[in-house]
Amino acid sequence: MNQRWSKLVSTASTASVLLLLWIVAGLAFDNFWSPFVVADLFSENAFLGISAIGMTLVILSGGIDLSVGSVIGFTTIFVATLITDHSVSPWLAWLTALLIGTGFGAMMGFLIHVFELPAFLVTLAGLFFARGMAFFVKPESVQIRSETYEWLSSCAVPTGGGAELELTTLILLSVFAIALVTLNLTRFGRNIFAIGGSQSSAQLMGLPVGRTKVLVYAISGFCSALAGITMTLYMDSGNPINATALELDAIAIVVIGGTLLSGGVGGVTGTMLGFLIYGTIYQITYFASLSSSLATIAIGALLLTFIMLQRLIVAPAEAE
Amino acid sequence: MAPLLSIRSLEKRFPGVIALAGVDFELQRGEVHALMGENGAGKSTLIKVLTGVHARDGGIVELDGVSIKASSPRHAESLGISTVYQEVNLVPQLSVAENISLGRQPRRWGLISWRRLAQKADTALKQLGLSLDVRRPLSSYSIAIQQLVAIARAIDIDAKMLILDEPTSSLDQQEVELLFSVMNRLRDQGMGIVFVTHFLDQVYEISDRITVLRSGVNVGTAATGNMDRLGLIQRMLGAKWSADTVEGQTRPEKSLDDKLIVLQTRQLGRRGSIEPFDLQIREGEVIGLAGLLGSGRTELVRLLFGLNSASTGTLEVDGQPVSRWSPRKAIDAGFAFCPEDRKREGLVEQLTVRENILLAMQAARSVGSPVPLRRQLEISRTYVDQLNIKTPGVHTRTATLSGGNQQKVLLARWLATKPRLLILDEPTRGIDIGTKAEIEALICELSAAGLAVVLISSELEDLVRCCDRVVVLRDRHVVGEVTGDELNQRCMMEMLAHHDGT
Repeated sequence: MNQRWSKLVSTASTASVLLLLWIVAGLAFDNFWSPFVVADLFSENAFLGISAIGMTLVILSGGIDLSVGSVIGFTTIFVATLITDHSVSPWLAWLTALLIGTGFGAMMGFLIHVFELPAFLVTLAGLFFARGMAFFVKPESVQIRSETYEWLSSCAVPTGGGAELELTTLILLSVFAIALVTLNLTRFGRNIFAIGGSQSSAQLMGLPVGRTKVLVYAISGFCSALAGITMTLYMDSGNPINATALELDAIAIVVIGGTLLSGGVGGVTGTMLGFLIYGTIYQITYFASLSSSLATIAIGALLLTFIMLQRLIVAPAEAE
Repeated sequence: MAPLLSIRSLEKRFPGVIALAGVDFELQRGEVHALMGENGAGKSTLIKVLTGVHARDGGIVELDGVSIKASSPRHAESLGISTVYQEVNLVPQLSVAENISLGRQPRRWGLISWRRLAQKADTALKQLGLSLDVRRPLSSYSIAIQQLVAIARAIDIDAKMLILDEPTSSLDQQEVELLFSVMNRLRDQGMGIVFVTHFLDQVYEISDRITVLRSGVNVGTAATGNMDRLGLIQRMLGAKWSADTVEGQTRPEKSLDDKLIVLQTRQLGRRGSIEPFDLQIREGEVIGLAGLLGSGRTELVRLLFGLNSASTGTLEVDGQPVSRWSPRKAIDAGFAFCPEDRKREGLVEQLTVRENILLAMQAARSVGSPVPLRRQLEISRTYVDQLNIKTPGVHTRTATLSGGNQQKVLLARWLATKPRLLILDEPTRGIDIGTKAEIEALICELSAAGLAVVLISSELEDLVRCCDRVVVLRDRHVVGEVTGDELNQRCMMEMLAHHDGT
């Protein structure tokens, strides 16, 4: 009968898994509890976190975006080629990439809404299209040689203990903050929840369903492009094969974070927790000198556990 | 004072149907106006035209003396016409407070102020005399409360008039009282309320005036005190009689006493849908079920056919009590059921006439022994001829047939299984007079050959013509039976209208 309670349980269980992982890892490995590990956790996977936040919005609205990884891959090679081969200013390259990503997402959102096509299929087509475009731009890796990149990689905020928050981390945290405010404190954000909860009700309540949906996919496209740029900052290169199947990791993170795949319930705070769990599992395998394939297996198991948990806690509460 | 809402000669046509043929309707401020009518009378079309779902084909709608033409539900709301539907159209996952102001949340510096949002919701609900924890998700409250929240939302948009479309269908008595107290409060505040329901008791409890629609026209508006139940039902069902009209043409008096009892129920019932009843059906007997919409007719036959499970009582087939009754077993026992909604529950429109006719027969056999194609053709052609189904051929898709012919295909499907008991739920709704006469003749013919028939119809005169016995239902109770000389419209109508909580 109390759904708020079950929602709390779902977030709390995500948080406690994270806590548990940290306690166990800290006890098992020397130096795990250090600011460096935390800083790494954010900076290494920042692009994944950014796209997971975009994905959260899409899933909350009752949709899905499978084009994320391809758009990231496209953005990295597009930006790298512009800067290195065509000597375009990085700022202009980024702006162009962000516009393309946003426009691409908006286009998919438009098709999904106006022609009432399944989001799964439209964004699957988007996945193929963007990946193909990435290879069309250049079928191989391109190193980025630019003073701006060198300068930016030195930008960091010290956090004490010798660790720093790198630029990529700062981008991720800003995106998170903006998403948090948008989802909770703007009409647009609440409309996303309403549409995900019941699109027909949202329509009858006179909410701008079409505009909101198109915007949600545009934002996801923007986040993917931004994630791609972040990736180039992290790797100093672009490659059309980058971030293949990354959308699936993003979906896993969103679901582990407690957002229901059916839409209407969840939020970016959970996604952030899911993101940290994801990173922590990889860190642990690194500390334990284990193969990262074990981390992938662990994530699969965790994902299954969480959806079972959601079925057990959330579904009965909704049925009442 | 000029009425709040005034509708004059409103017309709405759909392909092949005139849904509204010049309806006049008036709503005053501070009035609860019940809108009554059986299925197809035009109630929902009228509401949909008012709320901008359908565009009208003719007539005038004036709200507050100004001519209006709503182009969408949103537009209608902005004009001051709010609607609360039977299914609550809110977002269950979001909080009560948010549902009330979704899309109009109070903001401060461009951001939503949750504190003011909660206050606003509190105030809106207080106006209705409710106090809830508005921060809890809507889904944690009952349907009744959700409906009141929907009303609070409707009023929050400065509604001038409120349309309540069958809001009480899924509410229990206490919840209905709560809804009524809210309606009374709104009436006192000067709101005009259109109340659609099919519960007569509720109409007499709450409404100030009643308007009855039948076949797309207003067949009477009167103050509630001036229209008694009999008059209301008479208008709804459209029966005309005078004391000296001889009804019930000389039906051949059948002697059924020596016939086998096919089916017998003893205090069979299902909580919340039909109260326990006793019913006995003999071979060759045609039993009618009379009752208004929502009286439990369909629920009764669904129990007989095993579509719903009973919560009390027993059902006996050929004198043997059955257990775990299901449609599968019912079919094995020789029962057949043509549902009311032939599009949704009966016909598979994408399949051909032949395939539709063979469906039930094939289902009765096993998957491993298909009916040979030649036999299939033979059977389907036989029935197409026998029932005079107008179709280019047995390979035509049923979607392209007219309603009457679709009904016949459905009938053929069940006749092909050679049933002993045939249940027909409104078999003649929405089909032309000629086809209707054919179907009635067929019922007589089949029963003469020993088939037992249960017939549901809203047209009392059809029941008088076809049935040996009619069971009357009211508010989910079986309230009586008429046979012989009593089997006339007047008797049935009096039973339908009778009001003393039997």
